[in-house]
Amino acid sequence: MELRNNRGPVKWFLILLSAAFLVIMLILPLAYVLVTAFREGIGVFVRAVTDSNALRSILLTLEASVFAVVINSVFGLFAAWTLTKYRFKGKKLLSTLIDLPLTISPVIAGLIFLLTYGRKSILYPLLHQWKISIVFAVPGIILATVFVTFPFISRELIPVLSAQGTDEEEAAALMGAGTFRIFREVTFPHVRWAFLYGVVLCAARAMGEFGAVSVLSGHLQGLTTTMPLYVELLYQGYDFTGAFAMSAILVVLAVLVLLLRNILEHRGGKNQEGIHQ
Amino acid sequence: MEQKMTKKNMKTKQKQVIPGFGISLGVTVTMLSLIVLIPLCSLIIYTAKLSPGEFFRTVTSERVLASYRVSILTSLIAASVNAVMGLIIAWVLVRYDFPGKKLMDGIIELPFALPTAVAGIALTHLCVPEGWVGSFFSRFGIQVAYTRFGITIALIFIGIPFVVRSVQPVLEKLEPEIEEAAGIMGANNSQIFARVLLPELLPSLIAGFTMAFARGLGEYGSVVFIAGNTPYETEITPLLIMTKLEGFDYPGATAIALMMLLMAFAILFVNGLLQSYTDKVVKGR
Repeated sequence: MELRNNRGPVKWFLILLSAAFLVIMLILPLAYVLVTAFREGIGVFVRAVTDSNALRSILLTLEASVFAVVINSVFGLFAAWTLTKYRFKGKKLLSTLIDLPLTISPVIAGLIFLLTYGRKSILYPLLHQWKISIVFAVPGIILATVFVTFPFISRELIPVLSAQGTDEEEAAALMGAGTFRIFREVTFPHVRWAFLYGVVLCAARAMGEFGAVSVLSGHLQGLTTTMPLYVELLYQGYDFTGAFAMSAILVVLAVLVLLLRNILEHRGGKNQEGIHQ
Repeated sequence: MEQKMTKKNMKTKQKQVIPGFGISLGVTVTMLSLIVLIPLCSLIIYTAKLSPGEFFRTVTSERVLASYRVSILTSLIAASVNAVMGLIIAWVLVRYDFPGKKLMDGIIELPFALPTAVAGIALTHLCVPEGWVGSFFSRFGIQVAYTRFGITIALIFIGIPFVVRSVQPVLEKLEPEIEEAAGIMGANNSQIFARVLLPELLPSLIAGFTMAFARGLGEYGSVVFIAGNTPYETEITPLLIMTKLEGFDYPGATAIALMMLLMAFAILFVNGLLQSYTDKVVKGR
């Protein structure tokens, strides 16, 4: 460490290079959104984000995010528990399949639901009969959002649980505790922070998803436009101030997510120290 | 003792010490099937309805081939830039102390947290000739927005966290003493980098690179605004799928989507191999 730090010029060159890169690539777009959103005064900003279509898009985004977080929390806890506490064949395959949504283009994620529930699907006559519309309606948007955020929570839990091992759970089981009791009293306290962190990531991605929901939304303004879709709509209508005003809300949320991330990681790190060493 | 236990457990395989295996696996597999596997299968079922000739003609048509070229080229360049910059940033964050380090570390994940559409419109407005960044380049007669250069910028943005977060933990495990030892034995800086550091970091670097590359290939939200979307020139493959869908050309969209999916699987496979190797380095086994 000492030796490296003494090499002054190289050190400061690399630090400045990194800082310049991050400022231009990350800070500048962030600053631009905020500056443009408030360029025409706070009144214009407030009017843009309290427009009835804007409010509906905010509500829809919230709805989709809540669904994504709840469904993926249930899945994440079950999946992480199954993959780390038991031995069985096909574990590798299962964990690869869980990560699939991460490598699939959002546009394809939207497309597969279009094919599964859309007009061309074998399910369509049934859905039509029961008057359930999924594609170009809210359920489709929720499905797409759940899909793209599917592995987010399990991914945060698995490394922590696998580092922790199975000794404690096995001891609890031998002493006669049931599955749920073991999970609640032995396992969950270890992953509390990782779980919260996963929830934050999942919510962040859910509210920002664009490609997948874009395929499934049908762009019915006020009905199936989430916040990012509404931003696109305003932008394409050359209402740049409106688009950046909506974006500013998302930027603030993104910054909040980053802050939360750092707090949770710090807490989680403290909890983990004994285990990693 | 512990090893003996593990071995014994491996032999009796199906016997689990912790109760609840059946229901846990059941819920996991059911949810996975309903949300991921069955919808994915519909893509394959739908493509199977196309005749092989039709499929082949669609995925190798001039415009589609041009879109692969644009997507692969821009993703490769963006991932390469991120590999170099990611390595430098990871190095700076692990080995140096300086004011603002916490902030730098904290902001790396911004591209994950910021909705891609927001990044897309912000980058576009920055890169148009009148924009903060675009005006700089236009002095040299370089247009950024609505060109492949612009697409690459958007892909660099979304790929930043992958390499940094992949290399960082490996670098943290490497003791600076190794470099010092090499230095004492007479190696110069570039020798230390090429012979001592790079071999240790390479798996994680490649893993980060492939992740950024895969993400770039599929990226849609941040690119559509800045790309200009001229067929043959700045039309990326995901956008072409979208265009086909909007024209209700489902067979065409599905065929191209399947090709992209196969590419993503190939990348996932390579990444999986490298990841398990990286894991061994991190855990020191």
